[in-house]
Amino acid sequence: MKLKSYGEGIAKGMLVTMKNAIRDPITTQYPEKRLNISRRSRGNQLVWNKTACISCSMCARACPVNCITMVTSRDENKKLQMDKMDVDTGVCISCGLCVEACPQKCLFMSRDYEKAVYSRKKLKLTKEDILMTDSSKPSGYYSPENETKLPKQTLLIDGKKWDK
Amino acid sequence: MSILGRNVLPLTVHASVLAPDWPWGFWSHMIIFVVIVMAFVILMAMGFIWFERRVISRYQIRIGPNRIGPFGLLQPVADVIKILIKEDIVPLNVDKIIHLLAPAVAIIPAIMVFAVIPFSNGASLVDLNIGILYIVAISSISIVGQVMAGWGSNNKYALISAMRVIAQVVSYEIPLALSIIGVVLFAGTLSMNGIVQQQSIPFILLQPLGFIIYFLASLAEVNRTPFDLLEAEGEIVAGYNIEYSGFKFALFYLTEYTEAIAISTIITTLYLAGWKGPFLPPVLWFLIKVFAVFTLIIWVRATLPRLRIDQVMGFAWKFLLPLAFINLLITGVQVVAWPDLSQWVIVAVNIVLSAVLIVAFSRMFRTKGDKVEA
Repeated sequence: MKLKSYGEGIAKGMLVTMKNAIRDPITTQYPEKRLNISRRSRGNQLVWNKTACISCSMCARACPVNCITMVTSRDENKKLQMDKMDVDTGVCISCGLCVEACPQKCLFMSRDYEKAVYSRKKLKLTKEDILMTDSSKPSGYYSPENETKLPKQTLLIDGKKWDK
Repeated sequence: MSILGRNVLPLTVHASVLAPDWPWGFWSHMIIFVVIVMAFVILMAMGFIWFERRVISRYQIRIGPNRIGPFGLLQPVADVIKILIKEDIVPLNVDKIIHLLAPAVAIIPAIMVFAVIPFSNGASLVDLNIGILYIVAISSISIVGQVMAGWGSNNKYALISAMRVIAQVVSYEIPLALSIIGVVLFAGTLSMNGIVQQQSIPFILLQPLGFIIYFLASLAEVNRTPFDLLEAEGEIVAGYNIEYSGFKFALFYLTEYTEAIAISTIITTLYLAGWKGPFLPPVLWFLIKVFAVFTLIIWVRATLPRLRIDQVMGFAWKFLLPLAFINLLITGVQVVAWPDLSQWVIVAVNIVLSAVLIVAFSRMFRTKGDKVEA
């Protein structure tokens, strides 16, 4: 006589749902609460380290959709300087080839994901917009050493349990 | 009187005592109770929709609607407004009269059931001496509305759904009625209020097998999961109400929840001692029990998958029906042969008997190895 034939499965199932009913819900109410992003996230936001850049335009040439517009000039010491660097994110396909092409590793992917804007003009980012700041840290894409600097991978908000 | 510091209508006063003292006697009583019953049904339906969505989301580790109003309490109100301002589409080739009448035929009997439900001692619209018989008779008429909807819609899915409703409900009506008779035998009355008054210990203890049969059969009767074959989304899209929109659809939706409330209240009355209970006012006890039963129904819905049509039918005819007959026989013997036996002895005997019977019948129910065939 096996218990299986006498509704053991039903009892088990009822127990599972009951256990679920008393644990914390896994729903995150998005605009108010956000999950942490995985440290292995590639990201699709472009950030630019101004100090390391040598204005070589390799990123603009690597771009398959020509969304990076770069204008450079020589200053009085015959050193290249960046006059203009626009990234049209409306055209960008987030392929990451510009990041891979950069000889100085001064272009990175970053992990901001709320990039919707209200007008098309705002899709065109200038060099001020893509500057690397504290809030836009480079992701581990093409530079794995960055990954170790990021917080440990946990989706949970306080690291212990799901948000209520 | 007051509940939790708020003035409420005097539901606790016995209606038959109350009625002659009021101006116009019977009519004032009737008008007031019709209003109370209608308000109860509509408010409880909206409350149950909210409650079900919140509770089932907890079983599924979600939060559920919590944005509109405190705890999302106004969500059903928003749903009602949305559904009522929708366009009422009537497809071209429908049977217009039947298509129009179907929602009314479905909703009216579902609400009529509440006429005999005692919310408190004697507080019902009318305390019929054949109360439970009335409920069994009236609640079946709802099905006619669903069949009319399925037939009148000129839609193959609706028709299949209607056919399933007939097959299922006719099958489950029998164990349902037979399990009620067990209660009636113990109570010695068909009146709903009388049944409650007879329950010095709740009949769920005296009739454990009857309760299980009634619970499962009534789930099938009101087409709730796991017996919701009529709206099997994967097969027949939405069921009999597929061609309905706007107000008519709202009526069908309301019917569904009204029937769920109805079986919750009937189970409360028949098996859980209705309004009886210590300390709290009877109305509150009644509501607490109704919500407890409904939570159990939601729990079943959250857990069990939908059955196949042959499984559903086999379950009714091969499992519930014989058990209902045996339950009736046992109850009859107990009532006739040992009327003076202590009820607690009967409780113990019946709990053991029902466990043995369920195990034995699940043994018979399966056929090949561990596979349940029907």
